[in-house]
Amino acid sequence: MTALVLVMLALVAVAGTVVTWTAEPTRQAVTLSVYGVLLSVLFLALAAPDIALSQLAVGSAVVPLMVLLAVRTVRSAGKRPRSPRR
Amino acid sequence: MNRTVRIVVFAAGAAVLAVLVTDSLIHLPAFGGTVHPYRHAAVVAALLRRTPNVVTAINFDQRGLDTFGEEAILFASVIGAVTLLRPSKDERVTRPPEGGRVLQATRLAGYVLLPVTLVVGADVVVHGHLTPGGGFQGGVILATGLHLAYVAGSYPTLRRIRPLRWYEYGETAGMAGVAALGIAGVAAGGGFLANVLPLGTFGNLISAGTVPLFSVAIGIEVATGVVVLLAAFLEQDLATGKAST
Repeated sequence: MTALVLVMLALVAVAGTVVTWTAEPTRQAVTLSVYGVLLSVLFLALAAPDIALSQLAVGSAVVPLMVLLAVRTVRSAGKRPRSPRR
Repeated sequence: MNRTVRIVVFAAGAAVLAVLVTDSLIHLPAFGGTVHPYRHAAVVAALLRRTPNVVTAINFDQRGLDTFGEEAILFASVIGAVTLLRPSKDERVTRPPEGGRVLQATRLAGYVLLPVTLVVGADVVVHGHLTPGGGFQGGVILATGLHLAYVAGSYPTLRRIRPLRWYEYGETAGMAGVAALGIAGVAAGGGFLANVLPLGTFGNLISAGTVPLFSVAIGIEVATGVVVLLAAFLEQDLATGKAST
């Protein structure tokens, strides 16, 4: 149990560092998703299945998806000719 | 404020913070110990209300007001995002593109998993007081599961099974349901969001008083809220173009 917790803590630390080192937002969404899965396994190892479930659903699915959609929305808005200020 | 003053202010603040953090860390209980005052209090309170899942008992009963606040924040954020992403004056709603090429394997997996995910989500919502999960987790599973129709099919497919107006009503109904439960608690003389219903038999699906109702209301609000939120992004991205005039 403790060994699993230590391994998961180390993996979460590595994955967190990778997320901060990923500069490009769309790539960061992918690393953030992997980090989210690792974090939810850590929560499960620490006997917190409720939080693990929230983390899995929100942290590794919805948040990366919203980052990707937001990046796409911003980029397609940037491509359109700018509207005159009203 | 010049650079030197800023550094002095930062150093003073950082020094105080360092002392306080070190002091708190020294007095923290050891990792993985057996003495947890809050856990002991929360477990006793949860079992008294016949709620086997203590986490849900805390979320939907002992600290129900906090959950109410959280859901109000989610509700307001969804409204904010939808307001920001609505088509502006120089945009108009267009026909979304029909689906691109989807691998047969992706299509099969998506359509097989779509109903399974929805059933799992509903299960997590209604059994929140018995097993890990609850309205929030189940709601997010329901909302993401629905989008398998987009992954496996196309955006028009998702649109057909997602009449957006009803999801907007659902979000409001979920939020109103939580508020109604709170007011019912006041009316019954127990205080806002008090657990006033009969508690039933420990471990039954219908037990633990208002906890399952609260969980279902939150489940409806979260599921529909996340769908509306993602729909605002998807509509902006796929079904909005520059006005031709």
